[in-house]
Amino acid sequence: MMIKKIIFFLILLLSINFSYAAEEKNELLLKYKADNNINNKASLQRGAKYFVNYCSGCHSLKYMRIKTLASDLGIDEESFLMNLNFSDKKIGETMTIAMNSSDAAEWFEAIPPDLSLVSRSKGQDYVFSLLNTYYIDDAKSTGFNNLTYPNTVMPHVLVSLQGEQNVKIDKENNPLGFEILSKGTLNKKEYIELTNDINNFLVYVSEPAKLKRQSIGVWVLIFLFIFSIVAYYTKKEYWNDVK
Amino acid sequence: MDDKNKSTGVISWIDERLPILSFIRNHLTHYYTPKNFNFWYFFGSLAFLILFIQIFTGIFLAMHYKPDANLAFDSVEYIMRDVNLGWLIRYMHSTGASAFFIVIYLHMFRALMYGSYKNPRELLWLFGVFIYIALMAEAFMGYLLPWGQMSYWGAQVIINLFTTIPFIGPELGIWIRGDFAISDPTLTRFFALHIVAVPMVILLLVILHLSALHTVGSNNPDGIEIKKNKDANGIPLDGIPFHPYYTVKDFVGIGVFLFLFALIIFFIPEMGGFFLEHANFIPANPLVTPEHIAPVWYFTPFYSILRAIPDPAYGALAMALSIIVLFFLPWIDKNPVKSIRYRSILFKINLFVFVISFLILGYLGVKAPTPLYNVLALRFSEIYFIFFILSYFYSKPREKIFSYSFSGILIILIVIYDLMRVDSNNYISILISLLIICIFVAFMTLSPIYTNLNREKEVPNRLTP
Repeated sequence: MMIKKIIFFLILLLSINFSYAAEEKNELLLKYKADNNINNKASLQRGAKYFVNYCSGCHSLKYMRIKTLASDLGIDEESFLMNLNFSDKKIGETMTIAMNSSDAAEWFEAIPPDLSLVSRSKGQDYVFSLLNTYYIDDAKSTGFNNLTYPNTVMPHVLVSLQGEQNVKIDKENNPLGFEILSKGTLNKKEYIELTNDINNFLVYVSEPAKLKRQSIGVWVLIFLFIFSIVAYYTKKEYWNDVK
Repeated sequence: MDDKNKSTGVISWIDERLPILSFIRNHLTHYYTPKNFNFWYFFGSLAFLILFIQIFTGIFLAMHYKPDANLAFDSVEYIMRDVNLGWLIRYMHSTGASAFFIVIYLHMFRALMYGSYKNPRELLWLFGVFIYIALMAEAFMGYLLPWGQMSYWGAQVIINLFTTIPFIGPELGIWIRGDFAISDPTLTRFFALHIVAVPMVILLLVILHLSALHTVGSNNPDGIEIKKNKDANGIPLDGIPFHPYYTVKDFVGIGVFLFLFALIIFFIPEMGGFFLEHANFIPANPLVTPEHIAPVWYFTPFYSILRAIPDPAYGALAMALSIIVLFFLPWIDKNPVKSIRYRSILFKINLFVFVISFLILGYLGVKAPTPLYNVLALRFSEIYFIFFILSYFYSKPREKIFSYSFSGILIILIVIYDLMRVDSNNYISILISLLIICIFVAFMTLSPIYTNLNREKEVPNRLTP
């Protein structure tokens, strides 16, 4: 009886989690699912490298402490500072940027947001989806528009890698897919891997504790499981004399 | 003198000055509890455990949190990243808030099922409702503290409720906020209230709740007073000492609860956006309104009732009533049979429909409104109130004339409200849903005359095994 109820509650608990409905997106965008695995250190290291090279000119990670990042990525502090640090930061600092916001507002019409929490606020596929859905649009000042973030003023920074693409639409203006107009230096597969690494890195940055919490969590659950069993048999023993 | 005597000496020395031994006797080892508690009786002790967890983790959070509009959001991220095990403390606190409400809702459901609010436990129930309201205030103020977008705009929605009160509303809003908009003064006062004032109120109410409980004794799944059957020594025949029997049993409940609690904390702390909303990872911005503002899940049933009525003042009134009505439950439902085990089928249907409509209202509250959802929200809000009206109706056997007039008045009231809002666009949906709700009311009030659905079972004298 008791066990049935516990199982019922577990299912209830899980169903709440899964019932969190995906927001209504067009069907094309639903295809852009990132393959995230924050335990894949190589992917995180590549992601960090790409981020520092392509993104950190404009986007800060103001909550990400360099020391934590170096140790979580398995890079020793000295080589991290040599290779992934373009602004003479010290190991105890966070990854802020030098660009000031009034300049940024003038140059881009908007201030490039801090990306420390982007994967938690916008979702774990957001950055991947964003970086894959740029298309040519002459009406925009940057020459590109984006399906994931329509009318963004962010330029297509990775265009030299991805190449240019155009969006195909049906009669009702719904996007159907992309057609490639010119090739970049990477092929399609390599580009997807690269953007996936950046996405994976930002998923890690949004919650570095996730690395620890799951591995600690297993032990906590094992302890509580044993505790519950001991408690159950203790209770049974005490209750033997209750008629 | 050996050690044994010495220790008794110390304890008796203290006991002469402070009655710890008699306290332990009166409330643990010689406090007699019905022996047939089931699954639903775990949630009282679990609520107490969560209260302890919230206070304990709250103290540690307060050591690192900065109650300042410019620093609050950053300090929460600092706790999540740079404080040793700060993420654990914070997730325990945020998950604890939701767990508190889950446990309290189950605890209240237990009271509804077994009639634990009835004579002689009216005061016990009243203190419980006060705790529930204090808990809602505590949760609401705590939710502002991370200073994310949902903190900010959720608080905006709730404080605007107070501004709908006639005459004093706008002034009251400014008085609560300490400013014309939610800003730093609002944050600092909510911090003070959240960590000092409201917790003290809750602790006091918990003491009163437990004192009242131990004065009248626990109810049980049979709804039979165990104090009516005592042995020669005055000990209830169906009672067993709380300690050790229920202390060891509660440890099983605590183990299972903590297992589920840890499962969420360590593996799904956001609970898919229900325990920690996604938009709350964006710092509060008074200039950007989120597309869809949803309160945290435990408020959403009442939020649905609020939205069900288009006029904000009346919506707020309905929402307030939906909580206030809980206070009157002991005097609304005066049926002498306490437990659902011996009550009629109609009572079971009434309670079941009430629980379902509460869950659906909760679901609707997290969704952006659509025409269909609005119809559903209104009808299920009506059912929420109809539960209490029917509870009154089932208090005793009713005459045929009374049943017909009761049913008629109820249906006329519902129809009048619909006539006030009907127009050429919405008459179909109003008509269909009106028909369903009228059939429900007519069935629940008139079927006792023609069927034996309202027949109650005989309550035994002693607890059933």
